[in-house]
Amino acid sequence: MILRLVLGLAAGAGLVLLPFVASSVWQNLLITTFYFAYLGQAWNVLGGYAGQLSLGHAAFFSIGAYTSVVLHTHLGLSPWFGMLAGAVLAALVSQGIGFLGFRFGLRGFYFVLLTLAVAEILRLVALHLPILGGYTGLFINFTPNPWQFQFKGKIPYYFVALSFLGLASGVVWLIERSKFGVYLVAIREDEDAAEALGVDTFRYKMLAYAVSAALTALGGTFYAYYQFYLQPNTVLSMHHSVDIMIRPIVGGSGTILGPILGSFLLELMGEFSRTYFAAGAAGLYVVIYGLLLIVVVLFLPRGVYPTLLGWFRRALGRHA
Amino acid sequence: MSLYVQAIINGLLIGGVYSLMAVGLSLIFGVMRVINFAHGDMMVWGMYLSLWLFITLGVDPYLSVFFTGAAVFILGAAIQRGLVNRILTAPHEMQILLMMGVGLVLENLSLMTWGPDPRRVNVSYALTTFWMGPIVVDLPRIVTFALALVLALCLYLFLSRTDLGRMIRAASDNQTGALLVGTDIRKVFTLAFGVGAACVGAAGSLMTPLLPFTPSSGLLFTVTSFNIVIIGGMGNLLGAFVGGLLVGVSESLGAVVLVPSLKEIVGFVLLVLILLFRPQGLMGGRR
Repeated sequence: MILRLVLGLAAGAGLVLLPFVASSVWQNLLITTFYFAYLGQAWNVLGGYAGQLSLGHAAFFSIGAYTSVVLHTHLGLSPWFGMLAGAVLAALVSQGIGFLGFRFGLRGFYFVLLTLAVAEILRLVALHLPILGGYTGLFINFTPNPWQFQFKGKIPYYFVALSFLGLASGVVWLIERSKFGVYLVAIREDEDAAEALGVDTFRYKMLAYAVSAALTALGGTFYAYYQFYLQPNTVLSMHHSVDIMIRPIVGGSGTILGPILGSFLLELMGEFSRTYFAAGAAGLYVVIYGLLLIVVVLFLPRGVYPTLLGWFRRALGRHA
Repeated sequence: MSLYVQAIINGLLIGGVYSLMAVGLSLIFGVMRVINFAHGDMMVWGMYLSLWLFITLGVDPYLSVFFTGAAVFILGAAIQRGLVNRILTAPHEMQILLMMGVGLVLENLSLMTWGPDPRRVNVSYALTTFWMGPIVVDLPRIVTFALALVLALCLYLFLSRTDLGRMIRAASDNQTGALLVGTDIRKVFTLAFGVGAACVGAAGSLMTPLLPFTPSSGLLFTVTSFNIVIIGGMGNLLGAFVGGLLVGVSESLGAVVLVPSLKEIVGFVLLVLILLFRPQGLMGGRR
């Protein structure tokens, strides 16, 4: 117990001190890691626990980003509130997609492709909306004012990203320990059986979708005020949805630590291939990254975290 | 009025290639229940192979289509043997991840070899056109469409008249049954993935005289293929064929009715409608 407390305090102190000793490159790397871990955690609620794979989370992300930016530039509303509006809007949209998809009993690959199609429709529409900047994209003027979600230097962003990740992990932790979480896992493992046992699968899938979409939308606001630029072909592309879903899958979907571990691993993999191979022909580092992904799937097919946990338990069992 | 007829004809002609690529995807899904997220990237490999043969040897893409089909067959069979075979029972998300990894590798190998600029195969007859009353039709579109039909017919004959083809269909309809009567399922899987890849590789060659392409063109082809396959009914080859023509026509009409840059939205809206009201697809009998 005391050991745990000491370890926890040490880890917390480390996380607080880390940005002050890290170089600017590493600060950026850590912020990106936390931020993608956060998005992965949000995806995890629907994709990991409920087992409904979404390949369209870029849609909720962008709804969040654009809502807060438009409310800020046109009505002067602080993004801290705007992001809540974005989250509500994203949750509503998720209920629309969920209602259509789940009502009509779309499962497995059909649901995957429905989410992808909705995101693509939104991308094409966004490209033709003048208020969102069209093909040029939307630039956000930098005014360093924490009330406007804009900070000088990287360190405040580090703590915002870390708090976001903490918040999402807390939400997932609560879900995992509640009846709701158990229902979701039951739906993932065998939806028909869960339904036969009296679980209202439609209702819980919808709820998981709303939570997942709202959290993802908050991440969109963070991105908008970290990058200061939004373009539909970037934020609403399938590549972006893949970026969101890939980390929890690699780390181990349906676990709290999976998205976090996956995010660290992929950020390191990406950085490694960029550092050592970006100097070569254009595209070489992405080839290396793709090969690493294939290796992960072939050798750790349940995800990194569950596999590590399995090894750890086996090692302990042998020594006991 | 003639504007719309024109759009319908152009759409139908491009739809032949769409059909061929979607048939490839549907075949792979029907047999292995794996979605090939690298489908469009395989198509782009077919395109660059045709371009390479055109530049170095001056081979017309309408001739090299047979060679690229065979080459992409080997690529597909190798990917199946080496990778897909190992994850047939893995969770869906892992299968998706693997195929995305393959797609990334293929796309960026093209980028390394050919660079990011759009390329096209400049055949001498690219601008040859026919007038049929008020309607104008380009020669390349007609040849592309005709060859796509011929290849689809060949595939149909292969699947319905040969033993290997029958084995593939048996494995697709009822895998346990196929195993019971002694089908070598591993061979069938490799063959089916290869044939599916060959279809999309050939579709790539046929597309080269019509459109400029880049290494990143694959994504749009992948997504369009998904679209068509769902519209036609997953694993249903006739459905994929009809769906390809339908999506070709509706995109082409969409470009006229809406803005050209919004044409793909018609396909997606069609997809959403199908998913909601007829999720088994136009031709699918069961899900």
